[in-house]
Amino acid sequence: MSTSRTTTTRPDAIAPRAQRRDSARRQSRLAWMLVAPTILIITIVVIFPTLTAVYQSLFGVKGIDPETGFVNDTAPFVGLQNYANMFIGESGARFWNAASNTTIFALLTVTLETILGVTMALIMHRAMRGRGLVRAAILVPWAIPTAVSAILWKWIFDAHGAANALLGTQILWATSDIPAKMAIIVADTWKTAPFIGLLTLAGLQVIPDEVYEAAKIDGANAWQRFRRITLPLVKPALVVAVLFRLLDALRMFDLPYILIGARKGSVETLSMLVQDEASNLRYGSAAAYALMLFAYVFLIAFAFIKVAGAEVIGAEEKKKIPLRQLFVNSRLPWKRSRKAQEEVA
Amino acid sequence: MKKTLSTMMAVGMAVSMLSACSGGDDASTADGGAFEGRGPITYVQGKDNSGKLVNIIDMWNKDHPDEEVSLVELSTEADQQRQSMIQNAQTESDAYCVLSVDNVWVSEFAANRWIDELPAAEFPKSEIMDPVWKTGEYRGKLYAMPHASDGGFLYYRKDLLEQAGITEAPKTWDDMEKQCEAVRQLPGYENIGCYGGQLAKYEGLTVNVDEAIHSAGGEIVNAEGKVVVDSPQARAGLQKLIDGFKSNFIPQEALTYKEEEGRAAFESDRLVFYRNWPYQYSLTQKTMDGKFGIAPMPGLEEGKIGASSLGGHNAAISSYCKNKATALDFVKFYTSKEISDYQLKEMSLAPTYTALYDDPKNIEDYPYLPVLKASIEAAAPRPQVANYGDVTAAIQDAVFPALKGEKTADEAIAQLSDKLNEIVK
Repeated sequence: MSTSRTTTTRPDAIAPRAQRRDSARRQSRLAWMLVAPTILIITIVVIFPTLTAVYQSLFGVKGIDPETGFVNDTAPFVGLQNYANMFIGESGARFWNAASNTTIFALLTVTLETILGVTMALIMHRAMRGRGLVRAAILVPWAIPTAVSAILWKWIFDAHGAANALLGTQILWATSDIPAKMAIIVADTWKTAPFIGLLTLAGLQVIPDEVYEAAKIDGANAWQRFRRITLPLVKPALVVAVLFRLLDALRMFDLPYILIGARKGSVETLSMLVQDEASNLRYGSAAAYALMLFAYVFLIAFAFIKVAGAEVIGAEEKKKIPLRQLFVNSRLPWKRSRKAQEEVA
Repeated sequence: MKKTLSTMMAVGMAVSMLSACSGGDDASTADGGAFEGRGPITYVQGKDNSGKLVNIIDMWNKDHPDEEVSLVELSTEADQQRQSMIQNAQTESDAYCVLSVDNVWVSEFAANRWIDELPAAEFPKSEIMDPVWKTGEYRGKLYAMPHASDGGFLYYRKDLLEQAGITEAPKTWDDMEKQCEAVRQLPGYENIGCYGGQLAKYEGLTVNVDEAIHSAGGEIVNAEGKVVVDSPQARAGLQKLIDGFKSNFIPQEALTYKEEEGRAAFESDRLVFYRNWPYQYSLTQKTMDGKFGIAPMPGLEEGKIGASSLGGHNAAISSYCKNKATALDFVKFYTSKEISDYQLKEMSLAPTYTALYDDPKNIEDYPYLPVLKASIEAAAPRPQVANYGDVTAAIQDAVFPALKGEKTADEAIAQLSDKLNEIVK
């Protein structure tokens, strides 16, 4: 980041801005006052805890005094050891297993949910008899709390449950690796596809019928109408739905925790790893893992908005923005204004 | 730093999970031994399903109008109870005073000085069953007074054994094997599972493996806190379980059994023998009265009964409690014989006092008491270490693959020994 900042010092670009009139300056002061409460709240609920977490992640586990048997009062400062542990030995293996589980679950469930959700939306959108009933039926899984649906699926995937009875198998779903993952993916898809369906349905309902009628007259078949009209027009809504789901899926915790259980390598996600570390009083490594998860979720969201969101804006603005430009644009504003003041002086 | 912990954790998990920390850092400083201050206190435990706990609290409150005890009920989940109590301790809040701790947490709470050492001389040690008393100790000092115990025993299908011509409950693992073979000769029971316990990968697995190792004369962590799991006895104990799975004496699906899954298997003709806690007795009585019997845990060798792990809860006093004199009095009252008797009768909790097990009236009303007594007398506590969470996780991680047949007993014990030496200091 520091390198990008140094490359942006272009006096010739700043100079004209320095000559802004008084009113503009007053306006910017007003703008600051208006956003100040928001910034304050974000500082309290996001920035401050994040910084504390960063600080916390530099500390290790409190040792036990072998003489007294008591735990020491202070945690030792270990620097970046908690981060290094993500790459070495058992803790590293566990971290990468959790990271890959998280990624697999997020990618697979969101893909399946998107396909299913869009299908559901198309069905719900159809004008047919009993549409209300169909809509209600599709939305039921979404209305059930995750913990409850996890327990329902736990019964289904029991050794003597419905899944084995239907498939005519004797799989012990909870104890084997791939079946446990499949159980989670099935349960999560079942539960959250309606969410994508719901948001897509909202998108579908703003598409005017005339567009379809015109396409029909032009001789477009159903698939062409879906590809060329429905999909592009519903895309803004769909992108938001997929983004929400993606962020949710990356933080997945309760479903695997209840359906399969804690500390099961087959389904352990990063959130579960954080929880486990924290509940065993290893707050330093828990904070380090939490920050990694935070960074990961942030990056995915960022990349997703860049890739999918840029097209939403419209054709003329669709040019690619170099990554460096983003940091330039988000440069700290007060520094910029100070530089501007220096220019004036 | 401590106080921002819960806020900090929220960042990674979900910013929305942010919860305000309760204040109270001005709570009295913790110095064990001094029990001063009288006044209202709180008693904290998991949710009371019996609904009778309030009666006990009322009994106290009637006699002590100036030192009222108010009940704080936490989640039914043990993990969440522990979490709440730890959070309370880390914020040094005086909101929780007398804590009902699961006996495996005692060492952790004591080592972190979240609870005060109790004056052992003021409690009737000689009347309490010895293994139960020991669950309250950390490094030989009493930190939490037991108020309810629990021990495992063997449920068996008396009706099936009788049909196979057997009238006696099994005393050893070999007996069980022979008796099960006999049951399997009966028409319709060719494929019945023989034995089951709580063998899914969770705390129950630690309990069951601990029992197998103790029954074979081994230990995981000894009374001095040393890791001693790398012994021929411990290997033999684990080997029994592994062989059980291999020979189909223990059905594969037992790898998914927690308490209730196993009970369902036992009650639906899928198991001849099942290890579980006493709570199952009254439940199974409802569905299959007269068809089942109970016995102490079978031993691995002739002439020795098996060892049970001890369950149960102990009463401890939070270091950050304000009115500790009242708290100590309440702990004495709550762990008294009268209350233990009341809890046996009204709340189906296993007593801590030897005399209650020997009372003929009690035995008549609760036929499982002699079996439970034998089970508890032969019982050993699970490892009493400050970081029990890591230890139980290490046990589960090492042993579960061995039960699945992916590792030998030797490999599992070696792995466990290494890991425990790393985490137990």
